[in-house]
Amino acid sequence: MGSYLPNSKQEQQEMLKQIGFEDFDQLFAHIPEAVKLKELKIPSGISEMEVSEKMEALAEKNKVFRHIFRGAGAYDHYIPAIVNSVVTKEEFVTAYTPYQAEISQGLLQSIFEYQTMICELTGMEASNASVYDGATAAAEAVEMCRERKRQTVCVSATVNPEVIKVIRTYCYGSDTRVVMIGEKDGLTDPTLLREALDDTSACFYLQQPNFYGNFEDADALGAIAHEAGAKFIMGCNPIALAIMKTPAECGADIAVGEGQPLGMPLAFGGPYLGFMAATSKMVRKLPGRIVGETTDREGKRAYVLTLQAREQHIRREKASSNICSNQALCALTAGVYLSAMGAQGLEQAAKLCLSKAHYLKEQLCESGLQAKYSHPFFHEFVTTSKVPAGKILAALEEKGILGGLPLNEYEILWCATEKNTRAEMDQAAAVVKEVCGI
Amino acid sequence: MKLIFERGKEGQGCTLLPECDVPERSLEIPGREKKLNLPHVSENELSRHYTELAGEVHGVNNGFYPLGSCTMKYNPKVNERAAALPGFARIHPLQGEASVQGCLEVMEQAERLLCEITGMDDMTLQPAAGAHGEFTGLLLIKAYHDSRKDEKRKKILVPDSAHGTNPASAAMAGMTVVSIPSGPDGCVDLEKLREAVGPDTAGLMLTNPNTVGLFDRNILEITAIVHEAGGLVYYDGANLNAVMGVVRPGDMGFDVVHLNLHKTFSTPHGGGGPGSGPVGCKAFLREFLPGKGVCRRENGSLQWKSYEHSVGSVKSFYGNFLVVVKALSYILTLGKEGIPEAAKNAVLNANYMMEKLKDLYPMAYHETCMHEFVMTLEKMKHEIDVSAMDIAKALLDYGIHPPTMYFPLIVHEALMIEPTETESRETLDEAIAAFREIYEKAGKDPEVLHEAPVGTYIRRPDEVQAARKPILRYEFPE
Repeated sequence: MGSYLPNSKQEQQEMLKQIGFEDFDQLFAHIPEAVKLKELKIPSGISEMEVSEKMEALAEKNKVFRHIFRGAGAYDHYIPAIVNSVVTKEEFVTAYTPYQAEISQGLLQSIFEYQTMICELTGMEASNASVYDGATAAAEAVEMCRERKRQTVCVSATVNPEVIKVIRTYCYGSDTRVVMIGEKDGLTDPTLLREALDDTSACFYLQQPNFYGNFEDADALGAIAHEAGAKFIMGCNPIALAIMKTPAECGADIAVGEGQPLGMPLAFGGPYLGFMAATSKMVRKLPGRIVGETTDREGKRAYVLTLQAREQHIRREKASSNICSNQALCALTAGVYLSAMGAQGLEQAAKLCLSKAHYLKEQLCESGLQAKYSHPFFHEFVTTSKVPAGKILAALEEKGILGGLPLNEYEILWCATEKNTRAEMDQAAAVVKEVCGI
Repeated sequence: MKLIFERGKEGQGCTLLPECDVPERSLEIPGREKKLNLPHVSENELSRHYTELAGEVHGVNNGFYPLGSCTMKYNPKVNERAAALPGFARIHPLQGEASVQGCLEVMEQAERLLCEITGMDDMTLQPAAGAHGEFTGLLLIKAYHDSRKDEKRKKILVPDSAHGTNPASAAMAGMTVVSIPSGPDGCVDLEKLREAVGPDTAGLMLTNPNTVGLFDRNILEITAIVHEAGGLVYYDGANLNAVMGVVRPGDMGFDVVHLNLHKTFSTPHGGGGPGSGPVGCKAFLREFLPGKGVCRRENGSLQWKSYEHSVGSVKSFYGNFLVVVKALSYILTLGKEGIPEAAKNAVLNANYMMEKLKDLYPMAYHETCMHEFVMTLEKMKHEIDVSAMDIAKALLDYGIHPPTMYFPLIVHEALMIEPTETESRETLDEAIAAFREIYEKAGKDPEVLHEAPVGTYIRRPDEVQAARKPILRYEFPE
């Protein structure tokens, strides 16, 4: 059994005696007997070696795919070696939220750098220090837009269903009405949006590229929202932001997204990173930590947690959110990733994703699948087939390939990233071809 | 320290990705207009940059961290290694059940162990942090009342000593917050509680031990009062480290509980996350849980299960899974003996420090504390103009992370100290000596303390300026 206690039993006894207690029972004597636990019914502790083996055995029960064509909110990108080296530094790993600026300048500066990079990516004016993930970033953004007379939110049906679910759950909490804007051929229907918006609409939430991988006409949809006096929120893929029009250029008031592609492993869904940026007008409504630059009493450049009047520990029930712990280490990860990639590297990654996805789509379509949409897309696309999706995916899995995500019996959402090689895609297409019988 | 943007120059960078091996395509729609500014640094420079930054961060690995309410215990390395295994780190969240049996088993085991530790019947691992867990737990309470068509129950009772997240979470869950004054002993005033409950009570949120570090002995009466009024009782697990394996929230009458795996169960704080805030509940609330649960088929394999009246999802996928891996590794290591032993030593270390400081530093309450204690420096502030902040800042020059300052709000000039069980007697003695030396210095010349810290990378920063004219990003030269 390990317990990480440095003091020996004898030392514990000495300490108890020194402060006037006979034993631990006496130290806990003020706790009513009625609630004291007789026995904790869990297994006895084990050694580090045993626990190591146990965890390895558990990990081995999972199948690690070498070839992945599945995205849908979690993307398999290349993670530079430097990322892991930095984010496992124990100072970063074992620190708390940097309340004490004097001994936290490294951490605060890393967040300030992260905020700058998120502003650059999105084109927005201010970023927070992160929230839990892309879905909660979307939900928090929606909450930011609520006003006394504007209590309904419009969400496009082309948004990732996981994100929609989280928005709905947060809105259940705040008693906010959610109106879904229907799609037409894999894109948000502008007519339905126009019809749904009125003077009670707080905002319109759009995902770019959308769940099916298609690029939406974001500028036009955003303009429709603004005409009705609603705010425009854009959820974006951060890799695509290297090449696509930024939320700021599309007129968005708030930009959010899932930051996992920026150097975080798939990790069975978390920890991931929610990034959030807004126009300067909306800064004081942003949830969570924000780092600002200032000077110390000798005039030296310094960084501190700032605008804390928004936060729960000051404002309590009037706070902009309850968020306290966020995903600081994941924000650091994104910062290191973006620094390693640089603008050119990120653009290269985005172009590789785009080119490979287009290649994969062509190969799959030559192998018996049909493309469901013909819109411009980024790195995901939907196919339909006569053969059940399950059969295609099972055949791929046999070859060690994780195929796309089945959306229903005959439709699959595929994804390609810079990690997928031509050979790998050709192999996947060959398997599909065999299943489809052509 | 230079910002990463002030290092390197255009043209420098890392070579990371291969040439394109398929026909190159470009965007078929208008693309980004504004030039993207990101750092351009060589890998060497990048590595040195973050090494320099890391040198100006104080983590648990650097020294004593008695930050009250945050449970800054040692973060075991074996847990980190487990979480980094490719069999966990490289698993896509939407893989089929058969290919993620190990992940499901991690979740099943963690849920079961945490249920036993808390005395709850079921658990969701989806919430990403403590505050997120609070919001989730309150949604369960809301859904419960809604399901009974008891929709007028919108009031959440919160003691005035509570963490700020409690009222903030209640507001997010659409509830009105009613503050319950604490008695002179720092515990819930039973009479005030009786007056406050009624047909509009949704529930009570409580931390026990509470935020002044005391175990509320009336706990069974408190939970009974709320239950009799038709409300539910929520356990804020922020302070579970004091009582894990000794007392269970479920046995104290709580219906819902959130845990902070990044406090009690030794997963690192990461400079402010990622954490994990699982929420446990009694059986009658199970069907409202968010996300998916795990259950076993007859053939022994694991599968997902969904909840009939689920409140939805509070996060995508299944929570901060790798954090759960670390916590599981910790619980397996400590086991049935180690869990209560950790709690007992956390309480011992706190009482040891309190006892050896109380002759100089007035304590807010004069009884046996749990895992943390609160001093009140009002007299010092009044007499020699040395504040809690000054004492905290002076500690920085001793390589000690200051205690939590000015919390809880019901104690004036508060410093809240939580040593945790993973600190040795020697470390505690050194910290005690530092506190005592600082006290002496303050008595001799308060000005010395106003100047503190003097040995840190920066001196006290100007926070007013930061908030008045916010500079929230680096501006690139034109």
